[in-house]
Amino acid sequence: MTTDTTAVRVVPVRHYGRWLTALIVFGLAALFLRALFTSPNLEPGTITHYLFKDYVLDGVVTTLWLTLLAMLLGTAGGIVLAVMRLSENPVLRGVSWTFIWVFRGTPLLVQIIFFGFLGALFPRITLTVPFTGTVLFDRPTSVVVTGTVAAVLALSLNEMAYAAEVIRGGILAVDGGQTEAAAALGMSPTLTLRRVVLPQAMRVIIPPMGNETITMLKSTALVSIIAGRDLMTAVQTVYQNNYKVIPLLVVAAIWYLALVSLLSAGQWLIERRFGRGFTRGGVR
Amino acid sequence: MTPMVRAESVTKRFGPVEVLKGIDLTVRPGEVACLLGPSGSGKSTFLRCINHLERIDGGQLWVDGELVGYRRHGDKLHELKAREVAVRRRDIGMVFQRFNLFPHLTALGNVIEAPVRVLGIPREQAREQAMRLLDRVGLTERAGNYPSQLSGGQQQRVAIARALAMRPKLMLFDEPTSALDPELVGEVLDVMKGLAADGMTMVVVTHEMGFAREVADQVAFLDGGVVVESGTPTEVLGNPRHDRTRAFLDKVL
Ligand SMILES: Nc1ncnc2c1ncn2[C@@H]1O[C@H](COP(=O)(O)OP(=O)(O)OP(=O)(O)O)[C@@H](O)[C@H]1O
Ligand SMILES: [Mg+2]
Repeated sequence: MTTDTTAVRVVPVRHYGRWLTALIVFGLAALFLRALFTSPNLEPGTITHYLFKDYVLDGVVTTLWLTLLAMLLGTAGGIVLAVMRLSENPVLRGVSWTFIWVFRGTPLLVQIIFFGFLGALFPRITLTVPFTGTVLFDRPTSVVVTGTVAAVLALSLNEMAYAAEVIRGGILAVDGGQTEAAAALGMSPTLTLRRVVLPQAMRVIIPPMGNETITMLKSTALVSIIAGRDLMTAVQTVYQNNYKVIPLLVVAAIWYLALVSLLSAGQWLIERRFGRGFTRGGVR
Repeated sequence: MTPMVRAESVTKRFGPVEVLKGIDLTVRPGEVACLLGPSGSGKSTFLRCINHLERIDGGQLWVDGELVGYRRHGDKLHELKAREVAVRRRDIGMVFQRFNLFPHLTALGNVIEAPVRVLGIPREQAREQAMRLLDRVGLTERAGNYPSQLSGGQQQRVAIARALAMRPKLMLFDEPTSALDPELVGEVLDVMKGLAADGMTMVVVTHEMGFAREVADQVAFLDGGVVVESGTPTEVLGNPRHDRTRAFLDKVL
């Protein structure tokens, strides 16, 4: 039997629950916003005053390139570490394992301070040609490893350890038949990795790496401890002088949110690119 | 004439289990050899030894006069490095039961990948050759489709074109039609028959008795890691000498 839908009125499912939750959410939001804007300490005027100040914008730019550079180096190093961990060479496996163990096992904050004060451990950095005594390079550590260099070092080395595990997972998710097919075509192991395995692993790797990037963006705030000139350092410098802590933290929060939104959009584009061929509809 | 494939007492073990217990087989250039045998008899393993996807533990195996996996230098045999093994594999095409097409590349992309990246053929030239091959397997219209947009039979035909793009002197097929719906088997077998007619040397693991009878020059029946008997299709399929062959044929025919 078929239902003749022309004769009767079709009543769609009514979502009373949605209306109720919407009502509650709007009510709570209104209460919160009222509390926020009637608070004498929010100072919307102060927020707008500092939002586009040149040193705040400089901080935003620093935070962004620090994030991107650390992610770039972190991903490149992560690929190397992941391949090392999957290698048949026990020495490479061990090195990779130890690196990941150390950098995942200690707090990022400790690593940042450590690199910031590297001079206290190794006062000079010296490079000599072995057996000749010829000195190629000799400088005080504090001159070479500036606050910025220390920040990049700490963030990217830390990221390498996490990225390595994400990428290793992605590589393992690729069907073994793919490597065999590539091998049977005469492709070398490195070519197979680059052209067959990694492009397919990307689909699995990108969502967690998007997460990593967003975490990284916010982790850059930690380098304010070694005067990293990032966004957080910029607003900290201001509120340490004028004690307008809350408005300046809101300034920082607005910028972090904006940057995260930007990165999420980038992730969406990359995901679409590497999703090609994996759905029946497929992007041509 | 040097045989294309020559195996003498080839053995292979996985841990404690000896899977190949001394395989003897000779395939001459231009010949089609079909390997039959019950599940677990070592057919796939032997096929994979021929292009060194598996390393043999004993006996000797030559492809076109060269020892698989070794380079002769004076009176010493040097085991090949991964890179050198890859170079040897260029001349041997392989088609898998589960196609193993690269899902992130289109049909055309699959076919031109190895010629461009491995042989360094200019992209345009590789494209032209690939289109000719896709035409040969009847898939010109599907060049721009991803594997997920193709039927099993179409995917397997792309896989054959992909292997042919390296201009191999030997083609290995491991149950190329076993993963296909019955109505799609014919289109793949037709392509393989065409290849055989063109004089390609082929080693085919298959359960398609019709194909073996019609196309094979040689049929070898494997059981328990050895070649129990081999000969022309008429001999082995029509008049088997061994009980094990007879029992197997009774089951599949
Ligand atoms: N990588 C491996 N590790 C351990 N054992 C293996 C491995 N590959 C194959 N074997 C074993 O070797 C034996 C032969 O396997 P093989 O795949 O060659 O058989 P086959 O004749 O191709 O069978 P089928 O018709 O089912 O494909 C089987 O018992 C299998 O379990
Ligand atoms: Mg098999």
